[in-house]
Amino acid sequence: MSDLNKLTLAEARDALRKGDVTSVELTEACLAAIDGADALNAYVHKTPEIALERAKAADARLKEGDAPDMCGLPIGMKDLFCTKGVASQAASGILEGFTPEYESTVSQKLQDAGAVMLGKLNMDEFAMGSSNESSVYGDAINPWKVDERNLTPGGSSGGSATAVAADLCLAATGTDTGGSIRQPAAFTGTVGIKPTYGRCSRWGIIAYASSLDQAGPMTKTVRDAAIMLEAMAGHDMKDSTSADLAVPNFEAMLTGDIRGKVIGVPKEYRPEGLPEEIGKLWDDGAAMLKDAGAEVREISLPHTKYALPAYYVIAPAEASSNLARYDGVRYGHRAKLGAGDGINEMYEKTRAEGFGDEVKRRIMVGTYVLSAGFYDAYYNRARKVRTLIKKDFSDAFDAGVDAILTPATPSAAFGLGEMSDADPVQMYLNDVFTITVNMAGLPGITVPAGLSSQGLPLGLQLIGRPWEEGDLLNTAYALEQAAGFVAKPAKWW
Amino acid sequence: MSIDTGTAAKVAKLARIKVEDDQLPALAEEFNRILGFIEQLSEVDVDGVEPMTSVTPQRLKRREDVVTDGGYQDKVLSNAPDAREGFFAVPKVVE
Repeated sequence: MSDLNKLTLAEARDALRKGDVTSVELTEACLAAIDGADALNAYVHKTPEIALERAKAADARLKEGDAPDMCGLPIGMKDLFCTKGVASQAASGILEGFTPEYESTVSQKLQDAGAVMLGKLNMDEFAMGSSNESSVYGDAINPWKVDERNLTPGGSSGGSATAVAADLCLAATGTDTGGSIRQPAAFTGTVGIKPTYGRCSRWGIIAYASSLDQAGPMTKTVRDAAIMLEAMAGHDMKDSTSADLAVPNFEAMLTGDIRGKVIGVPKEYRPEGLPEEIGKLWDDGAAMLKDAGAEVREISLPHTKYALPAYYVIAPAEASSNLARYDGVRYGHRAKLGAGDGINEMYEKTRAEGFGDEVKRRIMVGTYVLSAGFYDAYYNRARKVRTLIKKDFSDAFDAGVDAILTPATPSAAFGLGEMSDADPVQMYLNDVFTITVNMAGLPGITVPAGLSSQGLPLGLQLIGRPWEEGDLLNTAYALEQAAGFVAKPAKWW
Repeated sequence: MSIDTGTAAKVAKLARIKVEDDQLPALAEEFNRILGFIEQLSEVDVDGVEPMTSVTPQRLKRREDVVTDGGYQDKVLSNAPDAREGFFAVPKVVE
């Protein structure tokens, strides 16, 4: 077989079982593709020795029979996941040289299932960003290209999206706090699902905003997302917010039959200035679901416009608290101190040197909104607004809506550097359609649905009821089949 | 609501991030832009609304209050920028 790195998880799984291919062959194909794609800057720590060792073990396990679905499948790992003995620095200078002595629960589950880790993937620093431009490793670059410009793969899981779209792995892990799986998936023509808050353990994932962070798979197809999510999900005593619920066989729920399902289309997701082609894609998506037998219904989520400002209180507040641990004492970078410098100078210099601008900005905004005198006006008010945002969705689901269809992003991928002079708030607007889902703790998935007039991929988002990822994946599967998106980026790297 | 350079300096101090004096005006301006954006929240009627504490209605799991892990000082210290004699080392704290 040729081009083994281009296989989907499902295709590779089936080929492994038929004996048409070995995990070592799949892994070698991916490693060769990775070595030929340094220009994309997707992999920031390559782990070929670990990969080949695990591939050999997977082949042995497959021979014995009864191996899990993910056994022998090569994947990339976002740098936010702590991986034992392998650098894990959240794309930050402050974690320079940090090599965890432990493995995150999600990456351990994947490893236990026999998945093969190819290396660590680029991202925005501490998952704060929508363009992968805040990484200490430099920008990850979108394999999609329509002119001389290099485009962003989106963020924060930009390296994951690039690696999946450019076939530098069969699939990758991502994390999503405000859209960090779904927005890059949309920018690269790939599939990404953020499960319900609590579905995947957060233990060992470097924290950004703990009440919003969730891990999820980034894949080439909806079927692959179902396969990989099942391997990542499940209760974990080490994360008290992880849900003690059975994880269903998501793949078995992919029937493509959505007859009688009610799809909500929220009128508040059509802001002024929404590009015409995004609006058309959305209308087309609704028509496809209707043709497949679903009922499409306009709904109202009245607090939508407040999700973004509420997020920019809650997420920085949690970040300022979570990132207080980077003090130059226990791990990572410590600044060189001058004569007479005490411990406060050590903290201040270390954090000034180690953190990038966007991370510092969010820590300080968080510090401000939590400070005495402002806590009620900002933080408590934002938490009340969050209650109202969640209630908007609950009301829609209570009225019989099964899933909600929206655009994934307000535009196609933009050029790297094009937003560098913009107001930080302009960059935050990238997540306007995805952020509500984190605020409400719901599952959301991006499915590639078409190309922009320039020839860049565009995605649609489906939002599901809590804990019903299986039903959501099935609706996404129906949309994927109807949209028939098969375009791939032409290789230029 | 407007943040001046004095407030910006105070926030930087609270966050333990060194910001040079000549950077403070730009920082204050960025804060003002972000806080101006956040200001929209004051339009929302939140009377009688409970602040969210947990996004999914779940009772946190309890466990026995016993030691289940530990006993590896070397691993705990292995990433420290300065570890000596089994401890994290920092500049002098007490005069």
